[in-house]
Amino acid sequence: MKSFDYAAPRTLDEALSLVAQNPQAQVLAGGTDLLVQLKNGRRETDLVIDLKRIAELKTIAFDPKKGLTVGAAVPCAQLCAHADLRQHYPSLAEVAGLIGGTAIQGRASLGGNLCNAAPSADSVPLMIALAAQARVAGPQGIRDVPVEDFCVAPGKNLLAPGEFLVNIFFPIPAAGFHAQYLRFTPRNEMDIAVVGVGVSTRVENGKITAARIALASVAPTPLFVKEAGDSLIGQAPTPEAIAQAASLAQAAAKPISDMRAPADYRRHLCGVLTRRALTAALAQ
Amino acid sequence: MKKVHVQLTLNGEPAEFLAEPRQTLLECLRDNLNLTGTKEGCGDGNCGSCSVLLDGQLVTSCLVLGVETDGLRVDTVEGIAKGSTLHPIQKAFIDNAALQCGICTPGFLMATKSLLEHNPNPTEPEIRLWLANNLCRCTGYDKIVRAVMIAAAEMQESAQ
Repeated sequence: MKSFDYAAPRTLDEALSLVAQNPQAQVLAGGTDLLVQLKNGRRETDLVIDLKRIAELKTIAFDPKKGLTVGAAVPCAQLCAHADLRQHYPSLAEVAGLIGGTAIQGRASLGGNLCNAAPSADSVPLMIALAAQARVAGPQGIRDVPVEDFCVAPGKNLLAPGEFLVNIFFPIPAAGFHAQYLRFTPRNEMDIAVVGVGVSTRVENGKITAARIALASVAPTPLFVKEAGDSLIGQAPTPEAIAQAASLAQAAAKPISDMRAPADYRRHLCGVLTRRALTAALAQ
Repeated sequence: MKKVHVQLTLNGEPAEFLAEPRQTLLECLRDNLNLTGTKEGCGDGNCGSCSVLLDGQLVTSCLVLGVETDGLRVDTVEGIAKGSTLHPIQKAFIDNAALQCGICTPGFLMATKSLLEHNPNPTEPEIRLWLANNLCRCTGYDKIVRAVMIAAAEMQESAQ
C-alpha cells in the first residue's frame, strides 16, 4: 500500500472536523473493502480516518418500542451473536452470517456493505425490505436517508464530501411481519450473489397489508421494486399473488451478462428467488 | 509519513512496535515483531492463512492495519502452545496428517481455536462452514475436518 497518515478520532465532532479538513481522506470501518482497494490501487488517500473508536459507530441499541440502531462499524459477527437481533430481526442476523466467511465477518459491517455500494451487496436488499434508514453526519448536521436511495451507481453512494455514515435504523417489526433474504451462489459460502432477493411482508387477518421487495446483482445498484411489493397489498397470501409479484420483480430487473451469469439466467432467477423468498416470509 | 507507536497485548504479554500506518497487522507481526508464524497467502482476505484473533475475534490480519491494534489484544499461532506442550488442536493436526506444505496451517489452527471457543462440539457441516474462509491447496480438507473433530473430542474429554 502507498503511504498515508492515520487518525482515530474518539467523537463524531472530532471525526467531522477531520473529514472536513481532509477532503481526500478515506474513512475506515472494518476495512474488508477499503484496505483491498487501497492495496490494489483502486483508491488512494493521504489519510485514513478510523471510525471504530467512536461509540455511536460501534453500538447496537435495541428499543422494543422504536427499533434497532446498528452502528455503521459494528462487525457482522457481533450482529450474528446479538440476542435481540436474533429474536426480533432473524433475517438480519442470518444475512450478517452470509457476508464473506468467518474471519471477514469479524471485521465487515452493514455500514461498509452499504457504503461500498456494490450491486451484489447481500445485506442491502434485506435492509431495503426492512425499511431501514441510514443516518448520515456531515458539515450541515445529521440527515436520515432511506437505504434504497443510498447507492447511486456501482461503487458510488450519495454521501457528499465531508459526510459519513453513522448508523442504520431498523423500525420495530409489527405483528405479522416477516422478512427473508435469499441468494443464488454457485458455492455454498464465500461467494458473490448471482442474484439476491430481500423481501418483507406483513399479514393481518389473512390479508397482506405491507410488502417490500428489493434485488441484488441485477442492476447498477441494489434495486427497490416498489411496484412488486405494492401488488401484494390487500391480497390474500396465495400462490397467484406471489407469482404476480415475482413477475413484476423479474420485469424490473436490468441484469448484465458477466463471468458469473448471463443476463437471461439472472432474470429467470429473479422470478424464482422472489417467489421462494415471499413464500418463505408468508409461511412464517 | 509519521510512524506510530502501538502498544498492545500480544499472546497475553504486553508488547509494542513502531508502525507505518500503511503496514498491515500481518506485516507488523512478521516484519516488526519477528513473529513469522502468521503467513501471507492472498493478501486480500480470501485465503485465511493470516488469520489471528483480534480482541478474541477471528480476523484476517492482512485486512487490519497494525496501527488499529493499539490497546487491543492480538493472539497468534505462536501463543497457542504452552511452552513445549502443543495445543490439542496442533497435536490433532500433526497426528492426523492435516497438513502438507504448512502455509495455511497457522490460519487453520487459529480459525479452529476460534470455532471451538464458540462451539465446543461442532458437526462436520458446522466445521466446513466455519473454515470456509481458509483455503488449503494440499489436503483436500477431509483430514483437516477430521483433525478438528478429534481435537474437539479430546478437548471436551480433558475438560471433564
